[in-house]
Amino acid sequence: MRPDLIALLPELVLAALAMGVLLAGLASGRARHGLLAGGALVSLAVTALALWYAAAATDPAARLFSGMFALDRFAVYFKALFLLSSALVILLSVDYLKRNDYRPGEYLALVMFATVGMMTMASGVNLAAIYVGLELMALSTYILAGYFRREVKSHEAATKYFVLGAFSSGVLLYGLSLIYGTTGTLDLGALTRVLAAGKPATATMVGMALLACGFLFKVAAVPFHVWTPDVYEGAPTPITAFMSVGPKAAGFAMFLRVFLVGLAPLAASWIWLVGAAAVLTMIWGNVAALTQDNVKRMLAYSSIAHAGYALVGLVAGGAAGVNSVLFYMLVYTVTNLGAFGFVIMLESRGYAGETVSDYAGLARRHPTAAFGMLLFMLSLGGIPPTAGFMGKLYLFAAAVNAGYVWLVVVAVVMSAVSLYYYLRIVLQMYLREGEGVEPAELVVAPWTERVIWACGLAVLVIGILPAPFLAAARATAGVLGLS
Amino acid sequence: MGFATNLLNIICYVPLLGALVIVFLVRKEQTAAIKTVATVVAGLDFVLSLPLWFVYDPAGPAFQFSYVHDWIPAVGATYHVGVDGISVLLILLTTLLGFIAVYSSFTAINHRQKEYYVFLLLLQTGMLGVFISLDFVLFYVFWEAMLVPMYFLIGIWGGPRKLYAAIKFFLYTLFGSVLMLVGILTLYFYNSSGLQAIGLPGLGHAPTFDVTELFKIATQIPPHVQFWVFLAFFVGFAIKVPMFPFHTWLPDAHVEAPTAGSVILAGVLLKMGTYGFIRFSLPLLPDATRKAVPWVVALAIIGIVYGALVAMAQKDMKKLVAYSSVSHLGFVMLGMFALNPQGLTGSVLQMINHGLSTGGLFLLVGIVYERRHTRMISEYGGLAKVMPVYAMLFMVITMASIGLPTLNGFIGEFTILVGAFNRSTTWAVIAATSLVLGAGYMLWLYQRVFFGEITHDENKTLKDVNLREQWTLIPLIVLCFWIGIYPKPFFRILEPSIRRVVEVVDPGYMNHPELHLPAAAPAAHAQEE
Repeated sequence: MRPDLIALLPELVLAALAMGVLLAGLASGRARHGLLAGGALVSLAVTALALWYAAAATDPAARLFSGMFALDRFAVYFKALFLLSSALVILLSVDYLKRNDYRPGEYLALVMFATVGMMTMASGVNLAAIYVGLELMALSTYILAGYFRREVKSHEAATKYFVLGAFSSGVLLYGLSLIYGTTGTLDLGALTRVLAAGKPATATMVGMALLACGFLFKVAAVPFHVWTPDVYEGAPTPITAFMSVGPKAAGFAMFLRVFLVGLAPLAASWIWLVGAAAVLTMIWGNVAALTQDNVKRMLAYSSIAHAGYALVGLVAGGAAGVNSVLFYMLVYTVTNLGAFGFVIMLESRGYAGETVSDYAGLARRHPTAAFGMLLFMLSLGGIPPTAGFMGKLYLFAAAVNAGYVWLVVVAVVMSAVSLYYYLRIVLQMYLREGEGVEPAELVVAPWTERVIWACGLAVLVIGILPAPFLAAARATAGVLGLS
Repeated sequence: MGFATNLLNIICYVPLLGALVIVFLVRKEQTAAIKTVATVVAGLDFVLSLPLWFVYDPAGPAFQFSYVHDWIPAVGATYHVGVDGISVLLILLTTLLGFIAVYSSFTAINHRQKEYYVFLLLLQTGMLGVFISLDFVLFYVFWEAMLVPMYFLIGIWGGPRKLYAAIKFFLYTLFGSVLMLVGILTLYFYNSSGLQAIGLPGLGHAPTFDVTELFKIATQIPPHVQFWVFLAFFVGFAIKVPMFPFHTWLPDAHVEAPTAGSVILAGVLLKMGTYGFIRFSLPLLPDATRKAVPWVVALAIIGIVYGALVAMAQKDMKKLVAYSSVSHLGFVMLGMFALNPQGLTGSVLQMINHGLSTGGLFLLVGIVYERRHTRMISEYGGLAKVMPVYAMLFMVITMASIGLPTLNGFIGEFTILVGAFNRSTTWAVIAATSLVLGAGYMLWLYQRVFFGEITHDENKTLKDVNLREQWTLIPLIVLCFWIGIYPKPFFRILEPSIRRVVEVVDPGYMNHPELHLPAAAPAAHAQEE
């Protein structure tokens, strides 16, 4: 096989298997949830094997498909993370789809297509390739957000997401065209050389700003976050979980690669732009979350806030900054998927209707599940000994090292603020007895429960012994030509 | 020697193991078994910590019982634990109060008992971890992780305003500690690669969070860096102490917490703030410390006077004791920032004293609260007639708190005043005068509760303290007398560790031998009394 194809093998395998799942789903209709989900999981596992093979057989420095595509360790790390998060999301979805009686075939296939898109984004070293991956991911996610077609909120979510997402893609594309028009290239390596050679034209700067706006939209950063709460609230909960980890991590993968490689010579100009967005995102995300009663909306704002923390790592730049963002994405993935798993277990009260007070007294009736949620909330708030603390420690350390102490001060103060709303859930679970209102019951969802267990364990292990996971993130150092 | 190198780990994790045993092996209906396991574990932990007292060699190396293990090599964080004289005393205080907290809760806690003892034991692991850590990341992990069990102790088993008090406690202390984290990171990078964008080059050492390594660069850190790091540490520690004006979380947390929670809060948690100053701020940031002296001392003296005056106005016994803590901790801070051996020794000794006497006072208030379910001073009166033993115990602890000679408070306060006097007569005069206020509110409390006629009929039938309650207090009283009559062993164990701190923070002082009062002098004085 040609090296190009070997490097692309994981994407090819996954796309082919996704079509297989799609066809099998057409044949089985609303039945055979377990079988189809099992097929999807096996497909992801096969893709992981293909990724392992492709990574071993491909020169990390090679630029394939005429300089469009790279399979460096940065890409491999993100692809492994996407496969992990998609697998967990599928596990979270099995019982959920069955309970709500929706067809599993298209749903699973769309999750897999979105994964193909994300994997392409992580590998793209040309703005056009990245954009193609982005659109594949985004289109699949639009449909998934509206997949529960009997729910009005799901429609609303899909429509808002699609209109705003398409608009932001347009902005992004306009930025791309300006950059291409003024520099004559979309290749990130070539772009660096052109931009480093001389003073950039005004149109290039405008293009860069538009690109930043588009990216900030994709990672749900303030001021481009307004879609997030509505979409997160309305989308089926496993898809909300998916959007908060997979596409967000993919957004950061392209953000890091494009801004720290392609647009690196313009760093002096974009750093204040991204830094300001980081500050606004952390402040607004956390402050707005304080008053949310709906749990999904609260987690939506929390996810906005976490994008802000990750942007701090981008501003810090350098190998340390990249590593810390990579590590943080892993930490955030296991924590947030666990937290959403718990939200799914509680969805016994109609669609997306859970308020914080529905959690009252849960610790007494479901001590293990409540303990898991306690871990996730502490991890999101960055309290040791959970993974969230270690993630934040590396992020903030990178930023302090780069000299952005003021940014870190904002970040740590806001993460102290965030504990207020994370502890609201803990308070309801442990401190209230559940008097007055009829307490919500947990649904029977064995796979969701297992995901919560696995994520809870991961949160503790990463929090206490982070060394091996950090080493995996650090192994990507230098790939982007940073030191 | 396996036992000596692992002793600190054993002391620290025995409560954690006990908590796990209760979680997994005991059902929540078996309350007697839960209590037994918790008591045995807490008692065992105290016994295990006793070798520290006997084996720790004041003349030996700075940190003993050290245990080092790789933890996160990528950033230079190691699992490094060890103790000096200061932490030995605080560990012993923690394990003793931890046992008393468990033992005193048998009848006070009637619901969700399993969780209660689990959280109490987890809290103990967290506190011990803080006192043994010699690595900043490790220290910070314990420092913050400990907030969670305390949050639950206040929030589940607390008084009427428990939810408010719990979240206030958590957020206040968290806010301080996250800023401290920024300070830690700044120090860490100054030692290694520097802070690039603000043009601060580092010293280029291998990156490390190990405190004993960072001690070596203390004198090389430029003043402006010291200033900012000191400020960051100050916010974290001063909130914990708590110093005026950061004390507002304390009355709420103390009053709402269950008795054992108050004992731990006052006895150990507040010491973590003062311990932070003496372990990190003073020896790591000597220049900034010297410059901060007038400001910190001003806040400490305001705290002493303010705490005493507010305590005098309280109608609630627990709140009175809580505000008296603000005043006492002001004394601790005053002694510490005298920056001389007497002041620092007195300061550490007063940390222990405050743990014993205030812990005892909270236990005593808890005893009548369990009987009457009120802490209002006006609800009592004439108790000396119906509860003579209780009145006697209360009297001893009150005297210890006031600082009557032959009791521990006197030794601590006297040594602190000697240190303060060496630095400035004015400080000593103001602080000594305010001791009268302390005697005022405590004696007035005693008079209103124990003397006079019995004004409430319910009080006529109150049962005196039972044997278990007596035994929660007797160890404290024995220690109060021991420190009050023969404090020499305590001074001996502290002296070298204190000297090391003073050598860094005020090298000039150590060069004047004529100023050097031997640390045992106040002890001799006390014996004459």
